[in-house]
Amino acid sequence: MRELTYVDALSEGLVQAMEADDGIFVTGIAVDYPSGIFGSTVEAARRFGPSRVFDAPAMENALTGIAIGAAAMGKRPVVVHPRNDFMFLAFDQMINLAAKWKYMYGSHAGSVPIVVRGVIGRGWGQGATHSQSLQSVLAHFPGLQVVMPALPQDAKGLTIAALTGDAPTVILEHRSLYPIAGPVDQAFAPTPIGKAAVVRDGTDVSVVASSYMVVEAMRAAESLEQDGVSVEVVDLRSIRPLDEETILASVRKTGCLIVADTSWVLYGVASEVAALVAEKAFHSLKAPVYRIGLADSPAPVSQPLEDAFYPKASTIAKAALTLLGRTHSHLGDIDLADEFKGPY
Amino acid sequence: MAKRALHAQSGFPIDKGTGDSVMKELPGEILRDLYRAVFRIRRTEETLASLYPEQEMRTPTHFGIGQEAVAAGVCGALGDDDVVYSHHRCHNHYLARGGSLLGLVAELYGRIDGCANGRGGSVHLTSRETGFVVSSAILGQTIAAATGSALAFQLDKTPRVAVTFFGEATCEEGVFYESLNFAAVRRLPVLLVCENNLYSTESPLSVRQPAGTDLCERVRAFKVTAERVDGNDVVAVYGRTLAALDQLRAGEGPVFLECMTYRWREHVGPNFDHEAGRSYRDKAELDRWMDRCPVKRARALIVASGTGESEVLSWESAIEDEIQTAVAAAKGSPWPETRTLFDNIY
Ligand SMILES: Cc1ncc(C[n+]2csc(CCOP(=O)(O)OP(=O)(O)O)c2C)c(N)n1
Repeated sequence: MRELTYVDALSEGLVQAMEADDGIFVTGIAVDYPSGIFGSTVEAARRFGPSRVFDAPAMENALTGIAIGAAAMGKRPVVVHPRNDFMFLAFDQMINLAAKWKYMYGSHAGSVPIVVRGVIGRGWGQGATHSQSLQSVLAHFPGLQVVMPALPQDAKGLTIAALTGDAPTVILEHRSLYPIAGPVDQAFAPTPIGKAAVVRDGTDVSVVASSYMVVEAMRAAESLEQDGVSVEVVDLRSIRPLDEETILASVRKTGCLIVADTSWVLYGVASEVAALVAEKAFHSLKAPVYRIGLADSPAPVSQPLEDAFYPKASTIAKAALTLLGRTHSHLGDIDLADEFKGPY
Repeated sequence: MAKRALHAQSGFPIDKGTGDSVMKELPGEILRDLYRAVFRIRRTEETLASLYPEQEMRTPTHFGIGQEAVAAGVCGALGDDDVVYSHHRCHNHYLARGGSLLGLVAELYGRIDGCANGRGGSVHLTSRETGFVVSSAILGQTIAAATGSALAFQLDKTPRVAVTFFGEATCEEGVFYESLNFAAVRRLPVLLVCENNLYSTESPLSVRQPAGTDLCERVRAFKVTAERVDGNDVVAVYGRTLAALDQLRAGEGPVFLECMTYRWREHVGPNFDHEAGRSYRDKAELDRWMDRCPVKRARALIVASGTGESEVLSWESAIEDEIQTAVAAAKGSPWPETRTLFDNIY
């Protein structure tokens, strides 16, 4: 299969969906710039023009309501936030209206299939308000689907699923994933929402990861293999609905669970997965569950603090060895050098 | 600064016209301070911009080069007890309000001596001791916060004023109108300073606000005093601010100043857009605004007022030294220790 970068896969999914459904339009700050959201909206803008891909003023709250109203009339709006943190301004519309629409009106008001894309920033001084990962807060509310593609194939497939399904859906994309390449299907095919994927088979320990932490988990798994540890990596892909079966099957197989999320541990996705396993696979566990997330503070800017703030492959690898009661030999160099260059 | 503002309140005539006509009445020391402020801001930012490509300042940085006169003019007129809030393009306001140069530079370098101890970066500055409360990077947040500070001053029955700086795109956010409405109803002493630089990142006004939009007219619909000012003329901004402060301190309600100006560099980062190959605006437009350079214009005024060239040069070189010293001190400042990551969460 040909390889595409995550950003090109996102773009291809969007373009194919727009070809298939002329009710789809894309809006938000910077969607029609030459740099269009890391390049992911550039081809759509070129192909479908300003009637379907257009910039918006700084108006997150109203823009979301506008998208909802358009969706109620049969359109399929995609609202993009260059940083998902700006979405906080739209929470009333997303949570009090979109998420409740179908349920609250007893199906008489139809559905509002809005798609909201938010980019998670990270590192290089993005700071406390430009680096948060909102999946847990959003997933708390019944009525919103929340997905976090980690692999290019799913960036495309989940975009297609969101744009062909009926539920309001939030797609959270991690900035660090955009340049990463992987195999991507040419076909216009959805990745099912609500299905996790076992992206690496293993027998000793399960790492259930979301978004960019899947990349770090894979790197950890490769390194641990040299130590004779067999790691299974489960990519959650969908935060809500959550694929309980795949998670539980993996834990039943390995008996050890690490959950690695791009957000904080407390009250988060990692806690949810840990609780699920405690409830439904407790007797399979050979060791306590290990949760990995951001250090429990807002994101600092200063480089040494930032380095301490973000968990990485070595964090996961060390956790695995600790769970298995082993000491580590050569985990030293598994963390990628930070090659990102500013200005942002 | 308080002394100057008091001096100003005691009957200093305000000319609603250009800076040149205000200048005729302007005491020499005020003009000198205004010039030194714009020059200091300009050279600090240019120095930082030239160092930025070294990749040692790991913080996305929104330079305000070209917009110095607004910060210097407004802050030059404020009293010691007034407070200032800013947004993502905040270095100018922080410096104009007396924030320490080392505090700014060290913050950009992520060091312990940064005004936020390296926690906040370029967009989260603070200097409470000089009356610069905070800047923040989410559009519109600090408009509401400044309105709340103004409420506190009103409740305390003190004549203090809260000032907030923001860009014209922030007038697209709901929080602007909500705050404005509340400030108007309660006649709060908040000075809303909009720096209209015509662009929101790469979006020109034409795609964001209806043709012919006059922000002042909109604001007046809330029964709030609103005026458009030449934002590249430090003396004009200073004069308009003094007049506004009289109204604010008299309890007559909020004032909105729309300062027309222009950002020279890219939205975020140290480059010029034409050098970075961006086409959303052209070099000719930049050149036209560079002809109206606030620093050059202020310098021409000071020279016209009779100050000798050599004296001006000596101020300038003192400021250059101050900047170089701050950069060296910032680079030499220690990193915050990792164990401080969890300090001050609550
Ligand atoms: C709520 C929110 N939405 C979007 C952004 C992204 N953003 C940062 S700066 C900016 C442009 C703001 O333009 P303006 O207010 O005119 O200020 P300028 O940058 O021109 O000084 C935008 C859209 C943000 N920081 N916060």
